[in-house]
Amino acid sequence: MHSHDVLIVGGGLAGLRAAVELNKANVKVGLISKVHPLRSHSVAAQGGINASLGNHPRGDYDTAMRHAFDTVKGSDFLADQPAVVRMAKDAPLRVYEIEHWGCPFSRTDEGKIAQRPFGGAGFPRTCYASDKTGLAMMHTLFEQMIRYQQAAERQELVVYSEWLVIGLAVDGDLCAGAVAMNIKTGEVDGFKAEAVLFATGGAGRIYGNSTNAIINSGMGMAVPYRAGVSLKDMEFVQFHPTTLLGSNILISEAARGEGGFLLNKDGHRFLADYPDSKKAMEVAPRDIVARNMAREILAGRAVEGTHFRLDLRHLGEEKIQKQLPGIRDLAIRFAGIDPADEPVPVQPGQHYTMGGIDVDRSGATLLKGLYAAGEAACVSVHGANRLGGNSLLDTIVFGAIAGEAMAEFVAGHVRPASSDKALADSAAREREAVERLMTGGGTEDPVAIKDEMKKTMMEKVGIFRDREGLSSALETIRGLKDRYKRVRVSFKGKVLNQELRSTIELGGSLDVAEAVVAGALAREESRGSHSRTDFRSRDDASWLKHTLAAHTPDGPRLSYKDVELGYFEPAERVY
Amino acid sequence: MGGNSATFRIFRHDPSVEGEEPRFQEYEVPVRQGLTVLDALFHIQERLDSSLAFRASCRAAACGSCAMHIAGRYGLACQTQVGPLGDGPIVLRPLAHLPIIRDLVVDMGPFWEKYNKIRPFLVPGEPAPEKERTQSPDDRDKLEGLIDCILCGICSSACAVGGTDDAYLGPAALLNANRFVQDTRDGAAEERLRIVDGEHGVWRCHTIFSCQEACPKGLDPTGAIMTLRRTIIRHRWKKLVR
Ligand SMILES: Cc1cc2nc3c(=O)[nH]c(=O)nc-3n(C[C@H](O)[C@H](O)[C@H](O)COP(=O)(O)OP(=O)(O)OC[C@H]3O[C@@H](n4cnc5c(N)ncnc54)[C@H](O)[C@@H]3O)c2cc1C
Repeated sequence: MHSHDVLIVGGGLAGLRAAVELNKANVKVGLISKVHPLRSHSVAAQGGINASLGNHPRGDYDTAMRHAFDTVKGSDFLADQPAVVRMAKDAPLRVYEIEHWGCPFSRTDEGKIAQRPFGGAGFPRTCYASDKTGLAMMHTLFEQMIRYQQAAERQELVVYSEWLVIGLAVDGDLCAGAVAMNIKTGEVDGFKAEAVLFATGGAGRIYGNSTNAIINSGMGMAVPYRAGVSLKDMEFVQFHPTTLLGSNILISEAARGEGGFLLNKDGHRFLADYPDSKKAMEVAPRDIVARNMAREILAGRAVEGTHFRLDLRHLGEEKIQKQLPGIRDLAIRFAGIDPADEPVPVQPGQHYTMGGIDVDRSGATLLKGLYAAGEAACVSVHGANRLGGNSLLDTIVFGAIAGEAMAEFVAGHVRPASSDKALADSAAREREAVERLMTGGGTEDPVAIKDEMKKTMMEKVGIFRDREGLSSALETIRGLKDRYKRVRVSFKGKVLNQELRSTIELGGSLDVAEAVVAGALAREESRGSHSRTDFRSRDDASWLKHTLAAHTPDGPRLSYKDVELGYFEPAERVY
Repeated sequence: MGGNSATFRIFRHDPSVEGEEPRFQEYEVPVRQGLTVLDALFHIQERLDSSLAFRASCRAAACGSCAMHIAGRYGLACQTQVGPLGDGPIVLRPLAHLPIIRDLVVDMGPFWEKYNKIRPFLVPGEPAPEKERTQSPDDRDKLEGLIDCILCGICSSACAVGGTDDAYLGPAALLNANRFVQDTRDGAAEERLRIVDGEHGVWRCHTIFSCQEACPKGLDPTGAIMTLRRTIIRHRWKKLVR
């Protein structure tokens, strides 16, 4: 049994930022991650982070409230406005702070943090470190953790790399800790803590065509979900317009922000043909661009029926190399194409999970002591569609806020004796479940189940949805869940049992996928990323509300909760 | 490569099993256009032999998880295409100079310890202003090629000195030391130079350029080490003159 004041699950940007905050408050922190923190998905973020610094010549008049407005409009008015305003106001503070810690942002001629235009933003407000912003931010935060670890007067900050969290301990209305499996030894152990933060990232890999890291299985959302915490707005899944054909590796929106063209098979900038993208063209918001790409595919105007050309050649080699070196490198190595000489073949792909663990503005869930932040959480600041550059922001703003809230919670909390028993029981239960997987006589192949889940989500729960497709998807996922009960793990080794680990995670993926489909089937309107061909318009009278999915043995039970307005009246979303 | 398939010869070993000897095991993997070594590893693990162990995460050459020795040179499995690797069996081995946990997975602990030694965090020269610290674009450019390191461990693995001197800080830690020395916002150059000036620091490098050749991100740790050496000498002179 391990013991800390606070346990952070997740070593991406949100988890690291929370750890730094807690350490400042002198709280003992344990941080668990299923990969070394620097292998987290966050390192792959490319384009940048939004803050209304006004450093760009065209950004003079930018303000936090304008940033908030763009975010709310981008969300198709589903975001909770007080939370968005808080995020936009904190943005400059958090960006300056990470710069002070050493984040190597690109610079303007005056030496300020450079900013570039991004989709759906009224001003160029996306701060960047060339096109490797996630890597730069992750290294900076990890460096700050090392700084704290090396400072003698600080409290402990212990990192548990390659541990997979598989359960939560619940003691009445209190979170009593978590249960994790050491991937390197197979041992299952309890982690005692007064507060637990889930900063476990997105669930992109429930889809077959995701830009996300392979590890983004959604297991991190499933653990609190099964423990009784609702998932919110799971039906809102972002599809990114430009992912490399085949591998779905992301080609950042920065490529279009810097001036790239999106062309159909006739070499035509087709976004001009659609009313919702003809003005903003390539920098229209992602949901709009992705949808119009899907329409072109349906109309037979995509290249070879499957993809498009992202043309950067007119930017010139020098600008490409300076502003988009990472993109250029990816295109050369993964597609054999140098964007300086040839257009890059791209297609839309799953990219971001707008929904997540239901939390309030301080990152707290309804289970006392349990918090969530980053892509795993749904505050909600992204509503029905996230704007590019707002997710990195979300991680460090709400990572810090959750850290602060947990420090406060821990200071005033007296752990009841019953919590230790709850944790021991939960650890015993999870240990048994793992044991059962290893010794049971299951016959179902986990890989076949996973493949079918990914295919179903991609084909039936993608950019365009309808009742028929969603109903059949729900049936399929339920069937897969049933088969999963008889799943087989053939390899019996304890050390680095990849099959065991991915089979455990698959169970989580299926639960999350089911919540996505159920939410999408119930929501009979089109809003942001959720486009129903059988309900084409937004319906504020019936649907200006958040979906809550509660876990039951028979699948998600849905309920709804009001959107917090207060600043901007919902209006039609025109660009 | 026979027809539409490739033969992989993969290092297998589980040191936790007493008496188990390291060995190579062969697998046939169907090849398609665009197949990467990482795709092939997943194919093997998911469809041929679920006991195989390797690391992977971002699969886009940003996280450094899948660093290994591939067909005669170090690389990231995710960004290595199978097609051009030729006819013979494609041999995969784990990184060198690090304890093996199982198969292609090594214990990176010693690597991170060395990284920690260089005090890898900004020690600001001056108190923080209200807004950002300014830095000219030219000064920022000096960090290019230093901030791009993904700490995958390939350079340290490829380094011949690393094989003979366990305590050698190695190319990755030294490149990262230079990242802070070159940063105009940092004020701890003296201390940083002292750390890398030791017996197991910059002077150990034999300038064979193995690290530079091997780096999957095209970075130049040897160059960074040379820069550190020059800076150290300059600092010594300054002290003498003072
Ligand atoms: C290719 C790409 C590019 C992007 N570019 C941008 C951009 O330019 N700007 C922007 O704003 N956003 C961008 N995004 C989105 C952004 O990168 C992510 O939303 C953000 O990095 C998520 O950070 P996080 O800390 O919430 O989670 P992650 O970085 O995903 O970290 C999750 C952590 O949780 C751990 N974990 C998960 N489950 C468990 C478990 N069960 N047990 C133990 N540990 C667990 C993992 O090991 C990991 O450490 C991009 C996304 C992609 C896919």
